[in-house]
Amino acid sequence: MTQTPTGSGIPAAQGYGAPPAPRVPQPPARPPAVPPPPPPRRRAWSEGADRLRAAATTEPGRLRIIGAVLAVLVVAFGAVTAWQITDRASAASDVVNHSAPLSAKAAEIYRSLADADTTASGGFLIGGQQPKSVTDRYDNDLRTASKLIAEAAGNAQGSATTLEQISLLNQQLKGYTEEVARAGVNNRQGFPVGGAHLRYANELMRQDGGLLDTADKLYKAETARLGEDYGSAKALPWLAWSLGAIALGALLWAQRRSYRRTNRVFNQGMLAASAASVVVLLWAVVGHTVAASQLDTSYDHGAKSLQVLNSARIGVLQARGDENLTLVARGSGASYETNFQGGMSTLAGKDPKGVGGEMAQALALADDEAGRSPVNDAIKGVQAWRGRHTAARASDNEGNYADAVAQVIGGKNQQGEVVTATTGQCFDVVDASLRKAVDHEQQEFVQAANDGRGALTGLPAGAALLAVLAAAGAALGIGRRLSEYR
Amino acid sequence: MREDTPRTRRTRRSWRGWGGVAGMAAACALVVTAVAVPLRGAGAADGARSATPGGVLSAKYASTDDTCDHPEASGQRPSTVDGDAVRRIKEHGKLIVGVDQNSYLWGFRDPATGQITGFDIDLVRAIAKDILGDPEKVQFLTVPTDQRIPMIKAGKVDMVVRTMTINCSRLKDVAFSTAYFEAGQQLLVPLQGTPITGLDTSLNGRTVCTAKGSTGETKLKEDSHGAKVVLVPNQLDCLVRLQLNLVDAVFTDNALAAGQAAQDPSVHLIGQKVTTEPYGVAMNLRDTDLVARVNKVLEDYRSGGVNSPWMQAYRHWLAAKLPDVTGPPAPLYKN
Repeated sequence: MTQTPTGSGIPAAQGYGAPPAPRVPQPPARPPAVPPPPPPRRRAWSEGADRLRAAATTEPGRLRIIGAVLAVLVVAFGAVTAWQITDRASAASDVVNHSAPLSAKAAEIYRSLADADTTASGGFLIGGQQPKSVTDRYDNDLRTASKLIAEAAGNAQGSATTLEQISLLNQQLKGYTEEVARAGVNNRQGFPVGGAHLRYANELMRQDGGLLDTADKLYKAETARLGEDYGSAKALPWLAWSLGAIALGALLWAQRRSYRRTNRVFNQGMLAASAASVVVLLWAVVGHTVAASQLDTSYDHGAKSLQVLNSARIGVLQARGDENLTLVARGSGASYETNFQGGMSTLAGKDPKGVGGEMAQALALADDEAGRSPVNDAIKGVQAWRGRHTAARASDNEGNYADAVAQVIGGKNQQGEVVTATTGQCFDVVDASLRKAVDHEQQEFVQAANDGRGALTGLPAGAALLAVLAAAGAALGIGRRLSEYR
Repeated sequence: MREDTPRTRRTRRSWRGWGGVAGMAAACALVVTAVAVPLRGAGAADGARSATPGGVLSAKYASTDDTCDHPEASGQRPSTVDGDAVRRIKEHGKLIVGVDQNSYLWGFRDPATGQITGFDIDLVRAIAKDILGDPEKVQFLTVPTDQRIPMIKAGKVDMVVRTMTINCSRLKDVAFSTAYFEAGQQLLVPLQGTPITGLDTSLNGRTVCTAKGSTGETKLKEDSHGAKVVLVPNQLDCLVRLQLNLVDAVFTDNALAAGQAAQDPSVHLIGQKVTTEPYGVAMNLRDTDLVARVNKVLEDYRSGGVNSPWMQAYRHWLAAKLPDVTGPPAPLYKN
């Protein structure tokens, strides 16, 4: 490279990219408008073009041009690789650090709201002074939901629909808590309208455009962003790969040309440049492929599992809510019972003793024993739950309301005996097992996504450095040939 | 009531033709209310007594989709003779009764005691005491409104005592006792700040809530007086919406509305009853002996003047929100 400044070829070649160049075709039209300035410009340009043309007629000139093109190609390859891989890596890191947590948080908003509603209906069934554990759980759910809604607002990044959903959530949450409070006050006085208020609160939660529906829209929006980030992270860096192939091709051609003219098999500089380019290209291909496959793993085993498990958790909460509300409705709860049965089918399949629905999906998606074991616990819990639920419904249908309540939330039956086998225990087991499964998959997901991101670590910097080395090698190789003409 | 129309005409013809007989029966029925003595073997002898003018002739037809004369006239005279149905209940040892747990004052579960109580329930206890000798020998089944008739027809309950209006269309499917209460559709509004005065033009532009499938809905369909109608599954859901200012008034039975007013002192009944809806104990059409038995229990229940069990239950549950009731409705029989 040290020789290049002495010659005029390379600077002239660089003149191709100089700002005035694009204007060249226009001068013929311009002269009348601005007569004096064009001539020097035109002269500068045509001088360069002339020199280039002149240079191309001699071997040193041609060598200078080849050297310049090789250097530019290799540097461009390195730069584009660094840029595209940085882009993929930042998308991958968005998956891990941004969109995945946001999606998880939106799911948690939904879950907290559903949990609050289920807890409220259970507490209502207990009646009178509610145990601290119940009020704590309800308060906790609402606190979590409010906190996460506020956070989601901070991360909305000016999305109008997201902001609208968030304001809807805030507004409805206030009305919901007021209704639950009214239900409790009326129930304490022995007024049946308390139950009607609770059912209305549940309606606010579940109706179209209600709290859960809005939270679901938010979740879907955040999950769509997750999908976009996955897409960007996995998008193939075609430009980098193509430039790499072209640069390598050019290097090979130049070496072949040199071999033919000099009979020297190796030009060390260009060989080094080729080697560096091959390394960059291989690194880019392998690194990205590994990253994409890790991201696929994180998606299949993490994000997909998480989506199924989150959906199952919410299904469990709603089934529990329906079970409670069937009793809260005191005889007019047929629609809740229908919901319960439908929810259970979605959750675990039609057969009460079988394995189906989301539970079967979650089991299939779990890829190790640590992932399967909590899902299996949840499945057993659901089976027991369905059996006990049938028994509780039978009690209620036979007119033994107190027995049915005891079979669902615990406490004493009509004979004054404490019921120990409640559906509430099953619900707790299922909920806890699914939480465990979610935690496990969350961990797997973060790990796989991080591995994917890790596969790209150092690639941009390495590509840049190697490209500079390759360019230097190419220049040295050409320079060595040039020196032979002095 | 397609197949009943000819019968209805026949009834009417016979009413006109045998005016004397019918008049006698009516008079006999009136006597029961007026005198409130046990009416075992009620007949011509009682009918001969002077009758106070009462509700019989002024009774309107509760049903708006079907018409017939005096649906509240029970098909069975009071009797204590055990038939198949009564024997079945005695064998079972418990009276299975379909009730409501959500109608405050009528049939509701008191969360403090966990027991179902109310005006309807007091009557159920009296029936159980008469048939089984113990007012506690009752198995209460909670029956949703739309399941009352199917449960009776399927024999899953011996009877339904659940603020159930006797009307012509229901007579096809179930047998009723004599009427034990006379309710009517009325408006419930907030105590303060409402311009609504009754089922009239003051409703124009207002929102009125009523239960889906109720007489109230039918009535408002006929003439809503310019009101927007909100339909909900259960009459209590109307009170919720009234409390939340989502509706301006509730249109329902005054009996149920009284229960609502009792749960919220800031609402009250206004205007007049616009229908007359007699409540009866509903039973299976086959259980004629049980209908007769319940009618007999009702006669006892009504007797005793101001200290009759009926009046005691009324004072305990209803008087505060449904004043101005002087006594039970007069029993009426088809034959």
